Amino acid sequence: MIDEVKPAGVGERMWMWIGIAVAFAGGAFVQQMGFFDFVRNNPGEIWKLLLEHIYLVGVSSAIAISIGVPTGILLTRGFMRRYRDGILNILGISQTVPSLAVIALSMTYIGIGPNTAIFALVIYGLLPIIRNSVAGLAGVDPVILDAGRGMGMNSRQLLFKVELPNAMYIILTGIRTSTVINVGTAAMSFLVGGGGLGDLIFTGIAMVDPAYMLAGAIPTACLAIFMNWAFGRVEKWIVSPGLVYH
Amino acid sequence: MITFERVTKIYPGSDEPAIDNVSFEVPEGEICVVIGPSGCCKTTLMRMINRLIPITSGIISIKGQNVAKMDVIELRRGIGYAIQQIGLFPHMTVYDNIATVPRLLKWDKKRIAARVDELLSLAGLEPDIFRFRYPRELSGGQAQRIGVVRALATDPPVMLMDEPFGAIDPINREVLQDEFLKIQAKVKKTIIFVTHDIHEAIKMGDKIALLEAGRLVQYDTPENLLVHPKNRFVKDFVGADRALKRLDLLKVKDAMMQNPVHCHMDDDAEVIAKHMKENQLTFLLVTDQNEKLKGYVNFYELKDHLGKVRDLVKPMTITVKPEQNLKEALSKMLSYDIGIVVAVDDDSRLKGVLNTRTLLSVVGDTYDERGGVWGKITQQGSISS
Repeated sequence: MIDEVKPAGVGERMWMWIGIAVAFAGGAFVQQMGFFDFVRNNPGEIWKLLLEHIYLVGVSSAIAISIGVPTGILLTRGFMRRYRDGILNILGISQTVPSLAVIALSMTYIGIGPNTAIFALVIYGLLPIIRNSVAGLAGVDPVILDAGRGMGMNSRQLLFKVELPNAMYIILTGIRTSTVINVGTAAMSFLVGGGGLGDLIFTGIAMVDPAYMLAGAIPTACLAIFMNWAFGRVEKWIVSPGLVYH
Repeated sequence: MITFERVTKIYPGSDEPAIDNVSFEVPEGEICVVIGPSGCCKTTLMRMINRLIPITSGIISIKGQNVAKMDVIELRRGIGYAIQQIGLFPHMTVYDNIATVPRLLKWDKKRIAARVDELLSLAGLEPDIFRFRYPRELSGGQAQRIGVVRALATDPPVMLMDEPFGAIDPINREVLQDEFLKIQAKVKKTIIFVTHDIHEAIKMGDKIALLEAGRLVQYDTPENLLVHPKNRFVKDFVGADRALKRLDLLKVKDAMMQNPVHCHMDDDAEVIAKHMKENQLTFLLVTDQNEKLKGYVNFYELKDHLGKVRDLVKPMTITVKPEQNLKEALSKMLSYDIGIVVAVDDDSRLKGVLNTRTLLSVVGDTYDERGGVWGKITQQGSISS
């Protein structure tokens, strides 16, 4: 019976080995495709497109956050409460439009270039942010709001000292989701002349050149994973340890 | 201090007033308990004071100032507010929670730090241990204490407390009530205290305001509420055992016979025995020169003894304190099966004697269904009305 008791950490170690094996296999595969040779020969090109990609994601996410969070706050204020569900429904429906269609539609109005891409990315990234901001703020325990009000906080103090800190975890989750999705969607901005790593991906597909395509896809994936990780850190740093999310 | 004048509250979309023409006044430094069955709008009544609920008509004033005319934020900052669900901010440490209102009032850091430590000590919580804990790291009782001291943070003259001890078990509640009364004896706040628990009301209240469906049925001292319930509703609400509840209110010193007959250790046994025979006493209390209780002597042993009383004194182990309430005294008498118990002070000085007959007459005789007579016990232990 005792033999069956596994020492702690065996599971973890097993996953580590599997990870290493997969990495090796993946490495061997992309090597086969000529990925490393391509990267070695075109570092400047990839670097330039990566920076463009980061620029697209950074600007569009920043705009989406700075529109989305205040909108979420606005929608949870007393006077807006009755419009809230209607507005969220409309946003929910708009999210079902494929990202490609959003990019195509914005191109018909704004033309081509990075600004069109940014506009489309902002539109597409807004919903998770607004929805989570609303959910986070609406989910704050009414008891602590009552306590804050009863102690003599005005509505601004209540918002910044009580509501936002308590809703922060859910709001950040929305921002994280939005940004990570954004990294993937930004690859499509190539289609409207917005640049970014989509350039390599779509060209690779068109030329049936896996090395070319992977040179765009792998950095995109890495960027998404990095963003996810970074937001995890930010979350730990911003969200109060008094809240039981971590 | 806090005055309600013909206060009425009608919620929008409702014909029935939630609070119907309520007038009463809470004197400074007293606890006014607002009580009533659930749905009687007692919390509404309380929340109208700091204007969390707007008033429909009438005037609520604090120190003669109409609250409706005051700046609402300033009004609230000047009133301590403690609620049943405690409402500690989960994202803030205990320190930040207590410091909330002082910070709103822009106190300097040193003053806030000193005040937080002072309040934590007042709540019986070691500041060094609890200062930087988060609410989720506290037990229910600890959180409740912090909820109450947070309301005390800026030393406001008025406090509103909505079932502040409601969320914890009965034993801890008793402890917190006792502690709070001790604190209140020092700080002398004017408090509106909402509860649905009649025991708590009787224990905590200087005055009790009993509400029924938004109307003030009776506003009186706990004593009068129990002795002179105004109508059937009040009588039912305070309960069929209201006579027993008065045992909680009355102290041993209210019912005991003062200056009971006693002798001294150095008295001659023969003299005392003679005296006892004349007065038909079978037992007699014995004290020393400083009136400290030493025990008792028994006539049958004493009558043939030649010497001092001290040779025959038997110790008396079961005593009560004049400050104890009658419930505890009666409980002691019942559990030791004794009909008489001696009251001594902290220095074991003889203060009086309590027997079941006087005890019952104090509690019982006043409960005549036709109206009742509340008499005072005279020095001799008889009852005058």
